[in-house]
Amino acid sequence: MTRNEIIEQVNQLLSEEYEIDQKDFSPEASLKETLQLDSINLVDLVALVQYTYKITIPAEDLHQIKTFNDLYDYIEKHQTA
Amino acid sequence: MQNRVVITGLGIWSCLGTTLAEVRESLYHGKSGVIFSQQRKDAGFRSALCTDVPCPDLKPYLNRDLRKLIPEEAQYAYISTRQALAHAHLDQSYIDAHEVGVIFGNDSVAESTMRALDKFRQAGSTLACGSGAIFQSMNSTVTMNLATLYHFKGINLTASAACASGSQAVGLGYLLIRDGLQDCIVCGGAQENNMYCVAAFDGLMAFSTREGEPTRASRPFDRDRDGLVPGGGAATLVLESYDHAVRRGAPILAEIVGWGFSGNGDHISTPNVDGPARSLELSLQHAGLTPRDIGYINAHATSTQAGDGKEALAIARLFGDYRVPVTSTKGQTGHEMWMAGASELIYSILMMKNDFIAGSLNFENADEDTACIHVVPETYDTHFDTFLSNSFGFGGTNSTLIVKNLGEQGL
Repeated sequence: MTRNEIIEQVNQLLSEEYEIDQKDFSPEASLKETLQLDSINLVDLVALVQYTYKITIPAEDLHQIKTFNDLYDYIEKHQTA
Repeated sequence: MQNRVVITGLGIWSCLGTTLAEVRESLYHGKSGVIFSQQRKDAGFRSALCTDVPCPDLKPYLNRDLRKLIPEEAQYAYISTRQALAHAHLDQSYIDAHEVGVIFGNDSVAESTMRALDKFRQAGSTLACGSGAIFQSMNSTVTMNLATLYHFKGINLTASAACASGSQAVGLGYLLIRDGLQDCIVCGGAQENNMYCVAAFDGLMAFSTREGEPTRASRPFDRDRDGLVPGGGAATLVLESYDHAVRRGAPILAEIVGWGFSGNGDHISTPNVDGPARSLELSLQHAGLTPRDIGYINAHATSTQAGDGKEALAIARLFGDYRVPVTSTKGQTGHEMWMAGASELIYSILMMKNDFIAGSLNFENADEDTACIHVVPETYDTHFDTFLSNSFGFGGTNSTLIVKNLGEQGL
């Protein structure tokens, strides 16, 4: 997938999963604040990435993913061909 | 000193309706909630009969993170509890400032557990279960959700007693209030209504196969009964001490005056007569009543050959030549299982408050055993002030509650 395709799909999936309008998303916005993540519902983001892209995000990597851009980058980098 | 225990609020979400008024009309007019499900037939069910219970929309009340924790049975319980709290004039500010408890009957979390484990096995990762899975797949999911959503700070307990779960939950609430340990407890029963929770039950060949006539399939006490029809939903009753209800200025609907319970200590699924008879006897003893004080019996009878006859014999053993009117509302609702003990109290209270007894739907001919009691076939107008409600379950768990009328008529 191209980066733009990833961005479009990720935004749509996150919007559906967390019931938050995509207009509130921006590349440098904090995922935690925008999606109102806590220790429990954060699991759904990891599960969604795993299910959709077959990418397992280890806990140590998860701490590095702070913004939407970080998430797009991670998926782009780890996606299988 | 023992407290009197009164009922001040009711809420119901069932195949007979989603308001007290709808359910009252369905009861009076003998409406059946039983349907044929092509989905179940296609999936491999021997009997594709079930009941039609609408899915409540909780979006107006709860955000996504909260809804993610709530499986089907707890969704029903959330909405029936919302109705009951409003009916009892128990608002959030009062609950926040006082110790209100919650006890519900529930005995399965099949679909939520199955879906989470399917994801786990498919992905090979526990993360795939999602954030809500653990909270949805514990048997106490109904009370854990209700307690957190409504801020209940008193007793927080799930009663699992098979098809007597709802009745045992109300009985436990009654005891705690009677003995002064709690002032107010929200009690009830909840039952998931999806096919997964009853697939193994269908495999026991315990369900009616009268698929060509769904509304005639559930026929408690009838000679030609051929099995039960599984149902679901939720029912909530607000219980409180009489003094507490008077202090709050709450509407007092009825009083729980006796609870009897027993175990069969016998076969896991085949009922007997002695166990239920002891439950009936104990309830009358606790209430200080004689059989002739009972104006109506809401029977457990589920429409199985094995169960209905045994219950009839147990009732006859206690009531002798007094032909107390008996019906099973399961002719209309199917078997609401974990919910039934609570919902059938509500059905009976609706009849008591509105001066009728709903006929036992599809009862046409008695057999040798069921002929020993007076099963009412058609709805008729009558007044009664005290009723008894039976609930029995797998493993030989029996529960009998006696309720007396209080306050104004009409509901």
